Amino acid sequence: MLAFGRIVAASFRQYSTYRVATVAGVFTNSIFGLIRASILLAAISTAGGELRGYDALQAATYVWLGQALLAPIEAFGTREVAERVHEGDIAVDLLRPMGFLRLHYARKLGRSAFLLLARGIPPMLVGALLTGITLPTDPLSWLLGLLAVVLAITVAFLADLIVNLTAFWLVQTRGLTVVYTAVMNLLSGFLIPIAWFPDQLIALTRATPFPAMVQTPIDALSGRLTPLETLPQVGIQVAWAAVLTVGAWLLLRAGTRSLEVQGG
Amino acid sequence: MTTSNDPAIELRALRRDYVVRGRRRTTADAPHETPDDPSRTTATRGPRRDRAALGARIPRGVRGARRAQRIIRAVDDVSLRVDPGEAVGFVGANGAGKSTTIKMMTGILQPTAGHVRVLGRRPVPERRRLSREIGVVFGQRSQLWWDLPLRDSFRILGAMHRLPESARTARLSRLVEGLDLQDFLDRPVRQLSLGQRMRGEVAAALLHSPRLVILDEPTIGLDMISKEGLRRFLREDREERGTTLFLTTHDMSDVERLCERIVVVNSGTVAFDGPLAGFRESLGAPRELIIDLAEPQERLTLPAGVSTLAVEAEGIRHRIAFHGSEMTVPRLLAAVGEQAEIADLSLAEPAIEDLVREIYARGR
Repeated sequence: MLAFGRIVAASFRQYSTYRVATVAGVFTNSIFGLIRASILLAAISTAGGELRGYDALQAATYVWLGQALLAPIEAFGTREVAERVHEGDIAVDLLRPMGFLRLHYARKLGRSAFLLLARGIPPMLVGALLTGITLPTDPLSWLLGLLAVVLAITVAFLADLIVNLTAFWLVQTRGLTVVYTAVMNLLSGFLIPIAWFPDQLIALTRATPFPAMVQTPIDALSGRLTPLETLPQVGIQVAWAAVLTVGAWLLLRAGTRSLEVQGG
Repeated sequence: MTTSNDPAIELRALRRDYVVRGRRRTTADAPHETPDDPSRTTATRGPRRDRAALGARIPRGVRGARRAQRIIRAVDDVSLRVDPGEAVGFVGANGAGKSTTIKMMTGILQPTAGHVRVLGRRPVPERRRLSREIGVVFGQRSQLWWDLPLRDSFRILGAMHRLPESARTARLSRLVEGLDLQDFLDRPVRQLSLGQRMRGEVAAALLHSPRLVILDEPTIGLDMISKEGLRRFLREDREERGTTLFLTTHDMSDVERLCERIVVVNSGTVAFDGPLAGFRESLGAPRELIIDLAEPQERLTLPAGVSTLAVEAEGIRHRIAFHGSEMTVPRLLAAVGEQAEIADLSLAEPAIEDLVREIYARGR
């Protein structure tokens, strides 16, 4: 546990050294947030002030919360683990006296904590100033909301890790990452709220882990769901985290068995 | 736990095959394990293709276009027993099977066949438990946290190995002193020079005081001073703690300075295994005695089996070749001393590089 905590802290400190990247990230996040907010607001105003349960303020809140989650869930995918497999550095990870999944989860939590604070919160402040946002007032919503954020980060981490672990069998995982992030960005409810999808697509989407990555924490934190309504959603997040953990673990086990560590 | 009589490393008839699929031929081959010797290819499945064709992409699902598969035997019948406290140099050319053997010993690679025990454990199923008892340095990889000060890596590793804080600080101060890390402990690892980083890597591998230390090319790319510093500390640490040392290297002076025993691998098999001291003699390579005489002398009458290689400096310097098994230096000196006054002398041992080359030449 101490090792886990120290890795989380180290990973947080590590990312805090990338100052220029952080500033650039906040800037682009804010700009894209503004663009997305104007599109959604235009759509809502065309629809007569409300679109499938979203009014202007709720839509703006949805956009800015989404922008805040973008960095910590790493919605554009990661390549680190795949690169470690391809370059053989996975040998070093496997020789640590700590499980591979635990090790990388600890790193992810530290990284995401920094990304949420440094890249997620500032664009939200920009949004609050420019378009206004609405956040819950009761502490229970906040508590469940933050739990939903941690679980969203966990589910996104596991799904992304599974894509990365295919590097054991694929020479190049970039194509798969592109497909995965495209599907994930849509089905997670990051681009437009899931409630705006056609009905059949909503049903299909609900059967995937993707809403657990973005839509659930946004709903919990924007007050669209009451604490009582949030609970089952959090339960679904936990279930997906469990399923994906087993999946990632099986994939890792199969991968290390077929491993041909490359390079000296 | 193992008792002191158990071997630290036990390999019996160890073998490892790599399946090389056609499409992956160019990228998937380990650069350090790629045997260029075509005789190493022991089996071919699927259509045989030449190298250029192997690199070409064969579309999947095209009927009849099965992907070429070749099996490369990286390690073939390696047997080895290392007792606790021994220091073994494991040498061989690129692609001889050194790194593959180490990866099987540490549980990263599953052997194709054969028996491996390291500190009494089966490496693959007990990999993590084993990792608490062994220290491994891969000279070409890093286990340090790249963007953080070197000191932070030791904090994390200490926690991973569940070292009590007092034990960790005591051990770390020994490592800092012995490896001279003080000046750059607070610098991010990415800013360290190669020599500094390698010292950091060795400290990271030794932090938990492992009983077995496995070093895969620890001095690669280092300058003479860094190499010497690293070797000095490895010797000291071994003397203090009685650890077992298993070392692969391209630098024979690593073996000479650190090991008592040398194992030479060639084409995935053990070509020589024995004490370093006997290594030269058993190979029969001649030693060379260089004698400077007080007065020039055209030629010396030498005992049987001893020959003059060269006479230099107008008869002052004589280079004499002899075999350690047939002649000792004192006897030779006595024989020369009867004929001339000796002003100075030096003894040149055959370089291990030459000896390994000779083993390779014989093996062909």
